Amino acid sequence: MKTTRFQQRDLVWGALVVMLAALPLIPGVIGNSFRAHVMIMVLLYASMAQSWNIVSGYAGQTSFGHSVFFGIGAYGAGMAVVTYGLTPWPGFLAGALLAAVVAVLISWPCFRLSGHYFAIATFAIVEIFNRLFMVWDWVGGALGLDYPILPDGWVNFVWSQTKVGFYYGALALFVLIFGIVRWIETHRLGYYLRAVREGQETAESLGVNSTAVKLSAMAFSAFLAALCGGFFVQYNYRVDPPMVMSLEMSMKFVLITILGGLGNFWGPLLGAMILIPLQEYTRAYLTVLGSGVDLVIFGLIIVLMMVKQPRGIMGIVTDFRARRRRAGALPDAGA
Amino acid sequence: MDIFAQVIIDGLLTGMLYALVAAGLSLIWGVMDVIHFAHGEFLMVAMYLSFWLGFLAGVDPVVSWIASGVFLFIIGALTYRLVISHCIGKSAMPPLLATFGLSLFLKNLCMNRFSPNFRLLQDTLLGGKTVMIGSVVIGLPQLVTGVFSLIMLLALYYLIKKTRLGWAIQATAMDREAAELMGIHTDRIYLLVFGMGGACVGIAGGLMTSYLAVHPEVGSLFGLIAFLIVALGGFGSIPGALVAALIIGLVEALAGFYIAPVFKYVAVFMLYLVVVMVRPKGLFGW
Repeated sequence: MKTTRFQQRDLVWGALVVMLAALPLIPGVIGNSFRAHVMIMVLLYASMAQSWNIVSGYAGQTSFGHSVFFGIGAYGAGMAVVTYGLTPWPGFLAGALLAAVVAVLISWPCFRLSGHYFAIATFAIVEIFNRLFMVWDWVGGALGLDYPILPDGWVNFVWSQTKVGFYYGALALFVLIFGIVRWIETHRLGYYLRAVREGQETAESLGVNSTAVKLSAMAFSAFLAALCGGFFVQYNYRVDPPMVMSLEMSMKFVLITILGGLGNFWGPLLGAMILIPLQEYTRAYLTVLGSGVDLVIFGLIIVLMMVKQPRGIMGIVTDFRARRRRAGALPDAGA
Repeated sequence: MDIFAQVIIDGLLTGMLYALVAAGLSLIWGVMDVIHFAHGEFLMVAMYLSFWLGFLAGVDPVVSWIASGVFLFIIGALTYRLVISHCIGKSAMPPLLATFGLSLFLKNLCMNRFSPNFRLLQDTLLGGKTVMIGSVVIGLPQLVTGVFSLIMLLALYYLIKKTRLGWAIQATAMDREAAELMGIHTDRIYLLVFGMGGACVGIAGGLMTSYLAVHPEVGSLFGLIAFLIVALGGFGSIPGALVAALIIGLVEALAGFYIAPVFKYVAVFMLYLVVVMVRPKGLFGW
């Protein structure tokens, strides 16, 4: 019974990836268009949110510090290209590894803090990193790093003519991160993570080393968030501290996941599919009303969403299923 | 030595102001267990109100703090009634994210309406005046704001500790259901607490306009510092908030002067991290 459900789910997952991969082959859907930009952003933010979901959704440690790891990844790629004149690839790897190390170093003491204190500590860490990077000349300071003009292609991971390259880059990132989470979910670490979330003492009494489990979740999560950061800086051709290491950026990780459904495999994708087009289209079409209108609307939607359905879209789906099951008479209910 | 005294005095005065801003947050956090993310933006709204009252109607901040206090009480109560009361419950996340949405909304609405420019009231009653004590120069607006914040804080403390309303608030904070069974209308207490939290920043914001410029981002930093103060003091503790605020004010002033101005907030955040590593529930928490 259980195995069939997993297979069914993986089938959906595989079909989705194939569909997304085939999208650029249909002419007119993705060119150098705004729609391509929105698609790339959806894939990127879904991946970011999924990386956050590992530690906060599955392991239950609400981190508001993920923009730090995202930023380290961004600076890894940025410095490889701008400061050292290399391709971004060693930067991706170095940034991601460094982010994982930083995450473990930061989280080790912080995991002792409970609930709100952990959250506030992660805010403080974002602010410290932001302010230090602002005055640190080696990483470009407040001006940040601006990319030189580079030839297009996978070697430099930049494309200036068409967005198809970036689209496939984002898709690769998406498949990698969702694949890893899918793997974690069905393997030992995933069960440990959920056990720690549901009851740390109980999990420990059964022999789960909760600190090691949480730290490895954090390291995985930071590594993947940093890869997203690397992609983000390649896509924008520049990086500065407020762009990547800010509380607003941290909140995007949180918001997208919660809006979609916390601790759920599809949650980050659903959240990104709703929030990101909303953000990008309001930004593009409402600027006539002056600056900031997009964020005014964005803010209002978040408030409304939290008032109406705090468990996110997956909450609506669960409610709907439960109602159908209660209706009971339907023969196919509960499938 | 004179410079040192000057830095200490400046730090303490900043700390007193921080204490009033943080007291409102501490109350909300302690009683309702809600992380109120829009607290800093409430402060910004209060500052804009006080600024426009001064700019358009010529009302001095010495008076307009009353208006901004009342206005923010209403805003706070409305926020509770329309938003928080619908999502408060088991998890801490929905109210946190809802208030984050509210903060985005308020900040960008002000950005859109009032532009990102810094605005400072000219020719206020207190503005630019100073008092000399020995060789230490104290800005009169800072002094008045600091002392007044302290008085407000004492009044709040008295209200919580000595009045029947205060006991009802404490009872609600300890156990909502038990308080309900004792005949306390806890929903109304929550409404009042959110309003009072708003009034605290309303008063602080109203006073601050006599020497601080208002702009859409002004609330973010104050809000963040208020979080640190509350967590540092131990949540729900008003004396804790005062002590933590004074410490943060001092550290900010000392680090800003003796290390470098850019490091003053880094020092503050580092201090917080170090303290909570040693005392995970804050200085006065248990």
